[in-house]
Amino acid sequence: MIVRILGEGQYQVGDDDTTKLTEMDRELDAAVQKGDELAFHATVRFVRESGTPVPADSFETAEFILPFSDATLGEVRKLLTDGKIPGDSLGFPSAGPA
Amino acid sequence: MKGTAASMSVMKRVSLIFRAKANKALDKMEDPRETLDYSYQQQVEMLTRVRRGVADVATSRKRVELQMNQLQKESDRRDNQARSALSQGREDLARAALQQKAGLQGQLNDLQGQYASLQEQEEKLTLASQRLDAKVQAFRTKKETIKATYTAAEAQTRINEAFSGISEEMGDVGLAIQRAEDKTAQMQARAGAIDELLASGALEDHVGGTPDSIQVELDKLGADHSIESELARMKGELGAGSTPQIEANGSGSSAESDATAAEPQDG
Repeated sequence: MIVRILGEGQYQVGDDDTTKLTEMDRELDAAVQKGDELAFHATVRFVRESGTPVPADSFETAEFILPFSDATLGEVRKLLTDGKIPGDSLGFPSAGPA
Repeated sequence: MKGTAASMSVMKRVSLIFRAKANKALDKMEDPRETLDYSYQQQVEMLTRVRRGVADVATSRKRVELQMNQLQKESDRRDNQARSALSQGREDLARAALQQKAGLQGQLNDLQGQYASLQEQEEKLTLASQRLDAKVQAFRTKKETIKATYTAAEAQTRINEAFSGISEEMGDVGLAIQRAEDKTAQMQARAGAIDELLASGALEDHVGGTPDSIQVELDKLGADHSIESELARMKGELGAGSTPQIEANGSGSSAESDATAAEPQDG
């Protein structure tokens, strides 16, 4: 499975680690709601350590996307609730009316 | 535990947010081949933006570095003041200087943290720009192949792949730049505040030429001390060896008479 860490690019994660990661992802949701910063940083570390970087010139899409490694809990929550990604108007011609 | 089914986890949700953005763009395209060049242009612009972002963060980092040097100098100066005050028996002044030094060290530690964070941001953004660069180059090759070889229908799948991939990267980089800009703006506000502190005398300005109160006292002590020592020197001169010297410049006879006058006293 391919996982992206925002600001760091994509990692290819093996099957065994994917199982673990899926588990971690479920826990992550509870952690984010509880306000547990550590759980989120632990997941970032896990992907960095267990994954192999995907070459920059390939066009894969990630199944999982992790926030920036130094993101605060507030930033993570904002990303999840806003769902706003800057550059909408930059990437594609028909992405928005603006 | 009711949220398990409804909230589908964090990483999955973020990836869906990214995908939704790419799909929205893809849905609106008629002949996707026509949008390839335009999209490429946007990618190149984004690349310029990231590079500018890297430069901005670097500028911000250098400014912090400069301020750290200034604060360090100021802190060293306080240290010297404390030593000098102590050597003159003024513990009260030494204490005041050390208090100033502690305040400066606090500022300095804070800036060191900011510096490290900016440095990390700069490194990451540099890498992000390299990744985007590689992807944009690959996209350029891809788009030419797609335009040359495929019909609109055939091209669709390939373009979808390429667009989704580049869209995720662009979204990532877009967020990274936004964060860098926010951080740089914060740093500039802080740096501005410290510049103001240094300039306004809140850090007891020596830069502007107005000496601080501790320095005024020390200078006074120094002046007092040099007056005292000059007085002592003058007294010494007047008291002993100087008289014959002055007389010697006038005539030799009076020096002789002095010497003869002294003889009966001694004997």
